[in-house]
Amino acid sequence: MNAFNDSILTLILLVPLAGALLIALLPDRGKLPAWLALITALVTFGFTLHLPAHFIVGQPGFQFEVNRPWIESIGISYHVGVDGLSLWLVVLTGLLAPIGVLASWNAIKERRKIFYALFLVQQTAMVGVFISLDLMVYYGFWELSLIPMAILIAMYGRKDGAKAALKFFLFTFIPSAPLLVAILWLYAHTGTFNFAELQPLIASGALPAGALFWVALAFLFAFAVKVPIFPLHGWLADAFSEAPVALAMVIAGKLGLYSMLRFHVGLFPEQTKQIAPLLIALAVIGILYGAFLALVQRDYWRLVSFGAVSHFSLIVLGIYGLTLIGRDGAIYQTLNQGIMEGALFVLLGVLYSRYESSQIATFGGVAAKLPRAAAFFVITSLAMIGLPMLNGFIGEFLILSSTFTGVSKGWAIVATLSVILGASYALWLVQRLFYGPESPLAAEKPVVDLRINEWIALVPLAVLMLVMGIAPNIWLPSIESSMNQPQTKQTASSPHLALPALAQAVASGKEATR
Amino acid sequence: MNTDLLRILPEVVLVVAGVLVMLIDAALPAAARRRPLGWVAALGTMVALWSSILQLRIEPGTAFFGAVETSPFTVFFHVLICGIVLVALLIALDTLPRDSHHQGEFYALVLFGASGMCLLTGAVELLVVFIALEISSISTYILAGYRKETGKGPEAAIKYFLLGSFATGFLLYGIALLFGATGTTQIYEIAHRAATAQNHTFVVLALMLMLVGIFFKVSAAPFHVWTPDVYEGAPSPVVALLSTAPKAAAFALLLRVLYEMLPDLRSLWMPLVWVVAVASMTIGNLAALRQQNVKRMLAYSSIAHAGYLLVAFTGLGASGIAAATFYTAAYAAMNVGIFAVVTLVSGYDDQLPLIADFRGLLYRSPLLGSLLVFFLISLVGIPFTGGFFGKFYSFSAAVGGGAVWLAIIGLLNSGVASAYYLRLAFTAAQKPEDGAAAPRFAAPQIGAAVIAALLFTVGTTLWLGIAPEPILRAAETAARALQ
Repeated sequence: MNAFNDSILTLILLVPLAGALLIALLPDRGKLPAWLALITALVTFGFTLHLPAHFIVGQPGFQFEVNRPWIESIGISYHVGVDGLSLWLVVLTGLLAPIGVLASWNAIKERRKIFYALFLVQQTAMVGVFISLDLMVYYGFWELSLIPMAILIAMYGRKDGAKAALKFFLFTFIPSAPLLVAILWLYAHTGTFNFAELQPLIASGALPAGALFWVALAFLFAFAVKVPIFPLHGWLADAFSEAPVALAMVIAGKLGLYSMLRFHVGLFPEQTKQIAPLLIALAVIGILYGAFLALVQRDYWRLVSFGAVSHFSLIVLGIYGLTLIGRDGAIYQTLNQGIMEGALFVLLGVLYSRYESSQIATFGGVAAKLPRAAAFFVITSLAMIGLPMLNGFIGEFLILSSTFTGVSKGWAIVATLSVILGASYALWLVQRLFYGPESPLAAEKPVVDLRINEWIALVPLAVLMLVMGIAPNIWLPSIESSMNQPQTKQTASSPHLALPALAQAVASGKEATR
Repeated sequence: MNTDLLRILPEVVLVVAGVLVMLIDAALPAAARRRPLGWVAALGTMVALWSSILQLRIEPGTAFFGAVETSPFTVFFHVLICGIVLVALLIALDTLPRDSHHQGEFYALVLFGASGMCLLTGAVELLVVFIALEISSISTYILAGYRKETGKGPEAAIKYFLLGSFATGFLLYGIALLFGATGTTQIYEIAHRAATAQNHTFVVLALMLMLVGIFFKVSAAPFHVWTPDVYEGAPSPVVALLSTAPKAAAFALLLRVLYEMLPDLRSLWMPLVWVVAVASMTIGNLAALRQQNVKRMLAYSSIAHAGYLLVAFTGLGASGIAAATFYTAAYAAMNVGIFAVVTLVSGYDDQLPLIADFRGLLYRSPLLGSLLVFFLISLVGIPFTGGFFGKFYSFSAAVGGGAVWLAIIGLLNSGVASAYYLRLAFTAAQKPEDGAAAPRFAAPQIGAAVIAALLFTVGTTLWLGIAPEPILRAAETAARALQ
């Protein structure tokens, strides 16, 4: 078992790549690439489940760690490992892969080979981002994750894919230039790319603080664009409108949010404290700005993208409140967001593939034609607006309560407005799409309700929304085991979060204010 | 005398192979197919490549009274240049018009040019440097005008020839001044005398004149104006060669002049290199943004890449040399590769490939489309490709040498560059327009030779991106040999 523990992360990383190669080498015939991709994705997902099964909760530091020299002469090593922060993100990536394949099953009709090969490369890149502990290897996967995404947006864009792809790429690539310089600067001054070695070196204060401020800012900037947070969100709406469903569900959010937690808050605690007030302000602006803009969109892809800006900003608020509970909530909400966006995009993909329109006004009364899709859409929307007993509630509650008790009551109250706004645009969208009088488009097009592949993709997501809402204890203890890091305000006895989360969180909030 | 000949063995092999090709060409009946001559040339290049590796076995040292040197440094560049020439020959084998009667001359000229380039990397006597540069230049002038039936071909050749001769004149003038200042043209002697001299006025003046000539050859701004016109007019297989091999040789010369001949004047030439690097990157990338013609765009891109390479020169000692050396190899692999793809897509013909013509390539021809996208990604500098590690070492050397701003400018430039590379990539990825007329270019014929060339370039680009350790070590050995 031990040998397997050592190689499990490498397997999760390389199996999708091997699948991509296989797809590239075999002929592009019928559904063959899709089947291969599905099998690869399922096998990878199976491997990712090994991680939580053998993860030792409460053990500090990284687990399943591998550290081998790669390019010795410049000190790059293949150093991977997971802790409570990345554990579930890897599993989530593994889960969304087969769902992405199933969601693309009928939507992708030509050049399946290229699509599925690149889709699997994208999986490798994302897993690589989550598990790399060597800054160069991390940067490598970070950049690599842009490529399949951009090419697939260009290839399968709905209207002007090439333009959206270029916008997406430039927005996310140019900020990574300062990031690389910052990494090189750290290397020039410390002689290592290793996260575990850099962390104490930076904490020890041996590096010039003035320069370190800019280095930290370069890291933050790259991540902030990727999330994206206000005012760097310009690329998101176009990318959501053009990207194939399977990629849109992973394009934003978790990569950037994870990187913030690991490589900005985790690596530069002092610099984070300096800049946190700015980020809290931007996050609250983003929450409201995204929600207000979502209210007035006429196109559902754009509506969802501004809704996403609002939701991601809430998570950023949780991260930069710099409280333990906020951090817990941020990680939990990142997972929730991945699941909810996954379901949402599958459903919008269903709508788009049936009606070939994304104008909200052309819909209406679709629920009669697509009753099952409507049911799933309602569940997903309820989870997104944070209905208790569904997963969105837990994350939002943890973040908002930690902000209220640990950061600032004012910001928390303003941010809480987003709950109302979020409910308004989400429920209004449901109403305009699925209910009300039947629109001409819905009346004239004969459509089928959920196909078997869409059904299989949606059920696990819906079940997870419910389970994560009722029993967050399955996840929270392992998430917490990454918490013994120096930058958080509370120390030592990390409050054990369990349901009823309400009572616990309020209690520990009081503890913090004492 | 025996080892003297061994020390120029690759050059000798190339020249002999070139003469052989010309003789066979003359002996063949007029109606005979000339294509096998290409295989003779390729074979000759392979022997030259092998003989340069053999040179590692003899002790590093000079020959012909201190005129030519063999060291790990020269071997690195010999292997690189022979590799480029080999791939360019393979591309030409499948894409030159089959009925052309000038094929013999073409292959012979490529080989003669290659011998000049190889000699240039090994020369440690400035007059030999000049002769080697002329051997390589004259062949490439002719090759640039190889499509003489079109208007663009002769234009390219004449522009290249006139501007090139002018620039070489500067180089020669610099050499003369240096001889006047130090009384010798042997590089080690000059290094010795310049280090002990009191007054550096003439040496600096001479260096600046020489730099004009060398910067012209590597098409660094502001000496770059010939590049787009020549690349546009020359046949694509020739551009694959032209944009890489002579530049590799000229960069070897630049390394030798700056690091071996005048290392003590580092504080004087460093600002010059800094300015030229920034100008090349910025002018190259900004101009490339506006190009509609793929070959012109790639020409400006090669100017920008010369800039990235010059960034490495700000690195300290061995790390700077190693970074520059590595970048030359990485750049050569991806640039030859992309010109191979462009040749296949647009054909040898005089039609000029526009970016719009590439629309839907990934749908029409998934293989070529994927290769195009792959090489473009490497040119952007995405990790796990040679282009990334080239840039990485280059900028890392600069940051290590204290030129943080240069690295930032360089990386921002690579952000700008990604816009035009990816515009092409995404155009190729777009769905072909519905109901549009048939594409201007017929479906490409992909032969065995060009497949070999593509495999070689893709393999090298990936190898340099995933496991660059061996080449990096070779570059470091080469760097130490130069110091």
